[in-house]
Amino acid sequence: MDLVRRRKWTNKIALGLSLAAMAFGVFWLAWILKDVLVLGIGGLSVQLFTEMTPAPGSQGGLLNAIVGSLIMVALATLIGAPIGMLAGVYLAEFGQRGWLGSTTRFINDILLSAPSIVIGLFIYALVVARMGGFSGLAGVLALALIVVPVVVRTTENMLILVPNSLREAAFALGSPKWRVVKSVTLRAARAGVITGVLLAVARIAGETAPLLFTALSNQFWSVSLAQPMANLPVTIFKFAMSPFADWQQLAWAGVFLITIGVLAINVVARALFKEEIKR
Amino acid sequence: MRNLGAIIAERQPEEHAARSKDLLISARNFNFYYGKFHALKGINLDIYRNHVTAFIGPSGCGKSTFLRCFNRMFELYPEQRAEGELLLDGKSILGKGIDATDLRARVGMVFQKPTPFPMSIYDNIAFGVALHDKLGRRDMDERVEWALRRAALWDEVKDILGRSGMSLSGGQQQRLCIARGIAVKPQVILFDEPTSALDPISTARIEELISDLRKEFTIVIVTHNMQQAARVSDYTAYMYLGELIEYDVTDTIFIKPKRKETEDYITGRFG
Repeated sequence: MDLVRRRKWTNKIALGLSLAAMAFGVFWLAWILKDVLVLGIGGLSVQLFTEMTPAPGSQGGLLNAIVGSLIMVALATLIGAPIGMLAGVYLAEFGQRGWLGSTTRFINDILLSAPSIVIGLFIYALVVARMGGFSGLAGVLALALIVVPVVVRTTENMLILVPNSLREAAFALGSPKWRVVKSVTLRAARAGVITGVLLAVARIAGETAPLLFTALSNQFWSVSLAQPMANLPVTIFKFAMSPFADWQQLAWAGVFLITIGVLAINVVARALFKEEIKR
Repeated sequence: MRNLGAIIAERQPEEHAARSKDLLISARNFNFYYGKFHALKGINLDIYRNHVTAFIGPSGCGKSTFLRCFNRMFELYPEQRAEGELLLDGKSILGKGIDATDLRARVGMVFQKPTPFPMSIYDNIAFGVALHDKLGRRDMDERVEWALRRAALWDEVKDILGRSGMSLSGGQQQRLCIARGIAVKPQVILFDEPTSALDPISTARIEELISDLRKEFTIVIVTHNMQQAARVSDYTAYMYLGELIEYDVTDTIFIKPKRKETEDYITGRFG
């Protein structure tokens, strides 16, 4: 009887501690979201999506920054995700044993945990310094370099979760290995792999450090990859640090847009993953 | 537990009587290794066309290991190795002369756990067929229907062919896997404990199916369940610790085995 009561107390204490930890996290998250919503919604207007970033004291919006971010995130994903998926497939399906696989996995882990500012500086030295100027292209490459290790890791993990019995069944029908991977294991892991790509998109959507030295920013409308390109994170950084009230308001509106965008991506990723688990 | 003798007595005699012995697979001094572990020791055994051959024996006796040699499944794992002679239709299965994918088109396999692919019921069957035959749409439709009918699944799925194979029940999934194997039109179908994950009713349907499939295919089945071996097989091999202890017509093995070890296992005194 005594033992049961002790267990019940232990249970209550552990439950209380974990609830407190959760409350602590949720508290700050809720506060951040509240501030973003309250301050960001005030800055929402039609001009936000139709006008360029303004000079201090004049009217304007974030159109060039929004478009610049969309272009760079999209291109970075288009470059980084396929490379990451192919490398992930290699690691999970072909390089499980052997030195090449374990070396690649190790290097990828380092890349995964590398601070994004390091990646920004690397691209600065490699591309910006040689091309003689900041450019959208350099920004795309820096973001792509962040996408790759995230996608490699999630793709590999998702493929490893596919039960081996499924692979054996496909081999038993006389399927060559590439077909087993393409039609059976990748398909079985599809939702997880797509989720990984979406999470990588969410990650780079808010990255500032790697863009600071690469794409820089642009006051004006430009979709040329050879020119500095406006983008939301750097614009937010610049405007939020400024003493001008209208710039600060635009910075909050930009933060609101990124937050909503990332939230939407996460919700979609979750729904996708859940859907697949259910089937 | 039902008496094995009664099961044997209930069988249709003409159905299970040893028909003309037409050799299809033969093993001669066959050995198998997991790394250094000697898992199969000098096995000699003949498997006859259009008969059901069952491998029985306690866990770890090597019966599944042996089965997985017939379609060279072991080759997926580099530390596994086979030695000796294993012939299908007089030609070596193990030699470089035959491609593993071609071999597997002739020797299909059904696993312990149902393994539907993450695609529609139709595509589950078309997948294997398309690997070996280039069929037009109509021919493929016919092949899919034929395989599903043969696996006694057609009536249940004919209206939901586009639905995911994973949405079926366990017993249906296993019949889908059988249909998938049949669809490639192999000579041999290997069953590796095909009913151990199924309920009794699904098990009975699969057993019926196996008896029926014998008319067109040669069947080798590994089972933990001695009643199952007695019900479905024409020949039974009893294996223990990597050795083939006794191999004979199923009736003989279950009613008057020649070896003491076999009798002990059959009667439940051991294992």
